Amino acid sequence: MAVWPVEAGAREEYNLAQSSQATGGLASFPALLQRNATLFAEKTAYREKEFGIWQTWTWAETEKEIEALALGLINLGVKEGDFIAIIGRNRPHFYFAMVAAQSVGAVPVPVYNDSAAEEMKYILEHCSARFAIVEDQEQVDKIIDIQEHLHQFKHMIYIDPRGMRKYDHSALHEYSRIQDQGRAAYDEFIKELKTRREKLTYDDTCVMLYTSGTTGKPKGVVLSNRNVIESAKNSAEFDNLGADEEILSYLPMAWVGDFIFSVGQAYWCGFCVNCPESPETMMSDLREIGPTYYFAPPRFFETQLTNVMIRMEDSGDLKYALFHHFMDFAKTAGEKYGMPKRSLAKPDMKRRIKNAWRFAMGAGFAVEALVENAIRLFFVKLRHGKDARKHFKAKDPIGLNLYSGSVRDYFKYRMGNVLVYGPLKDTLGLGRVRVGYTAGEAIGPEIFEFYRSLGINLKQLYGQTEATVFVTVQPDGEVRADTVGVPAPDVEIKIEENGEIYYRSPGVFVEYYNNPESTAATKDAEGWVATGDAGFFEPDSGHLRIIDRAKDVGKMADGSMFAPKYVENKLKFYPDILEAVLFGNGKEYCVAFINIDLSAVGNWAERNNVAYASYQELAGHPKVLDTIQEHVEAVNKSVAEDPMLSGCQIHRFLVLHKELDADDGEMTRTRKVRRAIVADKFKDLVDGLYDGSETVSTKTEVTYEDGRKGSISATLELRDAKVFPTVSKVAAE
Amino acid sequence: MSTQESYVTEDGRTIGPTVMEMKNITLRFGGVKAITDISFDIREGEIRAIIGPNGAGKSSMLNVISGFYVPQEGEVWYKGKKRPPMKPYQVAQQGIARTFQNIALFEGMSVLDNVMTGRIRQMKSGVFSQAIWKGRAEKEEVENREFVEKIIDFLEIQAIRKTPVGRLPYGLKKRVELARALAAEPSILLLDEPMAGMNVEEKEDMSRFILDMNDEFGTTITLIEHDMGVVMDLSDRVVVMDYGKKIGDGTPNEVRNNQEVIDAYLGVAHD
Repeated sequence: MAVWPVEAGAREEYNLAQSSQATGGLASFPALLQRNATLFAEKTAYREKEFGIWQTWTWAETEKEIEALALGLINLGVKEGDFIAIIGRNRPHFYFAMVAAQSVGAVPVPVYNDSAAEEMKYILEHCSARFAIVEDQEQVDKIIDIQEHLHQFKHMIYIDPRGMRKYDHSALHEYSRIQDQGRAAYDEFIKELKTRREKLTYDDTCVMLYTSGTTGKPKGVVLSNRNVIESAKNSAEFDNLGADEEILSYLPMAWVGDFIFSVGQAYWCGFCVNCPESPETMMSDLREIGPTYYFAPPRFFETQLTNVMIRMEDSGDLKYALFHHFMDFAKTAGEKYGMPKRSLAKPDMKRRIKNAWRFAMGAGFAVEALVENAIRLFFVKLRHGKDARKHFKAKDPIGLNLYSGSVRDYFKYRMGNVLVYGPLKDTLGLGRVRVGYTAGEAIGPEIFEFYRSLGINLKQLYGQTEATVFVTVQPDGEVRADTVGVPAPDVEIKIEENGEIYYRSPGVFVEYYNNPESTAATKDAEGWVATGDAGFFEPDSGHLRIIDRAKDVGKMADGSMFAPKYVENKLKFYPDILEAVLFGNGKEYCVAFINIDLSAVGNWAERNNVAYASYQELAGHPKVLDTIQEHVEAVNKSVAEDPMLSGCQIHRFLVLHKELDADDGEMTRTRKVRRAIVADKFKDLVDGLYDGSETVSTKTEVTYEDGRKGSISATLELRDAKVFPTVSKVAAE
Repeated sequence: MSTQESYVTEDGRTIGPTVMEMKNITLRFGGVKAITDISFDIREGEIRAIIGPNGAGKSSMLNVISGFYVPQEGEVWYKGKKRPPMKPYQVAQQGIARTFQNIALFEGMSVLDNVMTGRIRQMKSGVFSQAIWKGRAEKEEVENREFVEKIIDFLEIQAIRKTPVGRLPYGLKKRVELARALAAEPSILLLDEPMAGMNVEEKEDMSRFILDMNDEFGTTITLIEHDMGVVMDLSDRVVVMDYGKKIGDGTPNEVRNNQEVIDAYLGVAHD
C-alpha cells in the first residue's frame, strides 16, 4: 500500500513487508522454473529468430536446457556463491544461463556487451568472477585481453563457435559442450544440484547488476530473490499480466529492466520472451512478433516517430492528406475511443466478434472516404498540378454527416482505425500492445500523445536499479506526459526538504557489493533509499513529477534555481535536436551545447538542397544554426512562463561538431550525458560561450569503434539567443 | 615432390597438397601479352594472394583460373588432372566460385534470392517439378534455403535478407556477392579485390570473414588485393606480378624483402 506522506504506522508496515514469505514456496527462480515446467509444460517460453526462422523452447524444454547447463557448471567446478559474468546480446541461452547459475547457487552478473575491455576488467575484478559465459569471439577476445589482471578467473564459456577453433581450449568451453558434459554426468551430480537448488531462500542473492555509472565507477547492486519476485508479482498484478503475453527482449541484459521483464515477470507469469535475430533486425522482428507487453526508452519512440514523419513526406498526396486529417482527429479522440479495452493478452471469442464488428463499423465509411477524397484530389490536381499537396485537405465522407456528437466521433475513429491507425500500428510492430512502458528519461509530450492517440496504451514509470525498477507507475486511465504516476504497489515515498525523493519497498536492494560506504549513503537503517532525483507530488492528482537530478539542481549567481534537465528535455523534444547540455551553475546566465539529429536534419537538408559532406559540416551550416536558434528561442519563451525556472533561459549556444558518444566517455552506455566530463572536455567552448567570442576553434579527440583514437578540429560559431522576461502564469492567462 | 606434403601453419591450420597448378601460362589479346609464361600453384586450404601494380595482369590471371579466358599457351592442372578448355559454367561446376571486381549481382532481386542463385549447382530438379512445386523441387528448396541461411548468419547479413540488392550500399553488396560465391560450396574461392573501395572498418569485417571462411569451411581462397597490409596479414603465400610476368612468389615475408617487388611498387625505370 502506498503511504504518503509517511504516517506513524509506516514503520510496522515496513517490518511486515520484510517478513512476508514467498507465495507457495516459490522462493527462487529455479523453483519458479519447476512450477512453470509442470504448469505450462507445452507453452512456448523462449523464442529466438535464427536462420530466418523462429526457434522455440517450451517451458519443459527450457527446464531441460537449464538443468543440463547447471550440471555442466557443477562439473566445471562452479561453487556456491561464485559470480558468473554473462556477456552478450539478448539470447535465450543467456537467460538459461542466468537461471542455471542460480540453480547451482552462483550469482549471475550480466555485463553490458558493448563495454570496452577496461570497463569489463573493473567489473570482473570487483566481483572476483571466476567464470564468464559470453557470446562470441569478440567477447572472448576482450576477456583474454584482460585475463592477466584477473587472478581468480578460471573458465570461459562461449555460445558461438565461429572463429574459435584456433584458441587454446584449456580454459575455454563451448556452451553446447558444457551442456553435453552435464547430461553425461547426470547421475553423478543430480543429487548435488537438487540440494543446492533446495537450499535457495527468499533472501539469497538473485542477481547482481552494475549501475551504468553516471558518476564514478559502476556499483554492483545486489538484488535478492525477494526483491525480484515481489516486484515482478506486484507489477504483474498491477497491469494484469498473464501467461499469454508476448514480449520482445532487446534492451541490454545488464539493465535491471530487462532482467525484470524477461526473467522476473516472465517466470512469474509464464509468458513468452522473444529474442531478435540480431540488433539490426530488431524492427522487423518486432513486427513479426507483435508484442502485447512492451518497453522502450523514449529515444526509441522518438526515432520511430521521426521515421514515420519522414516516410509520410515521401508518400502520395492522398495518403499524406488522410494521414494528417486522421492524426489531427486522433489527438482529441484517441484517448476516448482508441485504448485497448481487453484485459487479457489473448482475445476470447466474444472479444474477437467485437473486434470484427468494430472493424466493420469503420470499413464502410473508410471506402467512402477513400473514394470521395480521391475524386476531390483529382480535381485539385487538375487545377494546381504538382502543388496539389499544399491545397488539398482531406475531408470526412458525406455519409458521416448522418450522425452527430459522440456517435459521429466513434464512427470516425473506427474509420481512421481502418485507414490509418491500424495499418500504422502494424507497421510499427505495436498493433497488439496492451501495456507499453517508457522510462529512463522524460518523453516529449507530442511524441507521447502521438502514440497514445493511435490507441497504444503507452504509460510512464519511474524506477531505479536499486528499487528493482518500480518506484512509481501510471495506472490505466491516468496517463500524462509530464508526470511519472503514483507509487507502485507496496512502495512508500517521501520527499525531503530539498526536494529529493526517497522510497522504500520490498524491492529495495540488499546492498552495493563490497561497498558499505555507498550502501550507507544511499539506504538508511529504516530502509529508505535516496533516489538522487528531485521532484514533487502534484497536490490534486497525487502524481509524482520529476524536475531533475537532485545534485544537478543548482543555483545561478543571482540565487535562482538552475535545473538543466528541465530545459534540455524541452530542447530535445524537437526532432532536430538529439542531445543538449546546459551549463550555468553559479554563473550569471545559462549557455548550451546542442547536438543535431543527423537523420532528421540530414533529411531536411536533402529536401532544401543544402549540400553537406559530413556531420560536422551539417552541424555548422548557417541555415541549420538558424533553425536551432528558433528552437532555442521558443524554449526560452516557454521556460520564461515558469517563474521558478525562468533564470534557466539560454543566452548563448553552439551546435557541437561531433555527436556525444559513449565510446568517448561523454555519455553512459544507457546514453545519459556525463555532464562533468563534457564540461571538462569542451572547456574551451564553454569559456568561449561566457567570454562573448563569436567563433571558437577547437580540436577534439575521438575514439573509433575499434578503439583507435583520432582527432577532429573545427571552428564553431557561437550564437546569442533572445531571452524573454519572466511572465507569471496569471498574467499569461 | 616436397610441396605435396601437408603441413600445419603457425596458427594451427592444415595446408594440404596442391589442388591447382598453373603451368607456363601465356595469355594474349591480339598483339598484347597480358600474361607471359607464369607458373604457380594453389594448395588446399591456403589463402593465396595475387598482387601487383595496376595492369599487371592479376584479374586476367583470375579469369584464366575461372575459365573465362582460355590461355594460348600453358596448362591448368586441377586436382591432379589437366583441365581441357572449358566454359566458365563448367569450371563453376567443378567447384570454383568467384566474386567480381565490379559487383555482378541481380540488382532487382532480394539478397536472399541472389544468394540462392549460388546454389544452382546443387539443384537437380527439372523445370517441370520446379513449376508445379512438388516432390523433389520443394525438398531441394528447403535444404538449400537452410544452407543459405547458415551463410547469411555467417556473413551477418540477416537484416538485409529481404532487401533488393539495388538498394544496398557498396560494402554490403560486396558481402552479398561473397555470400553467393560461398553458397556454391566451392573448393576454391576466387576473390577479385574484395576490399576495394571499403573503409577501414569494412575492411576489418571482410578480413574477418575471409579468415573465418577459410577456418570454418576449409575453403581454399585465392584473392587479388591492393591493400598491402591486408594481403600481408591474411595470406599464406603471395604471387607478385608486374607487366604480365611473375616477379616474386613466396610467404609474405619473403615477398616483402624481394628487391624486384620493391622496385615494381616503388617504381624504377623499365628497360
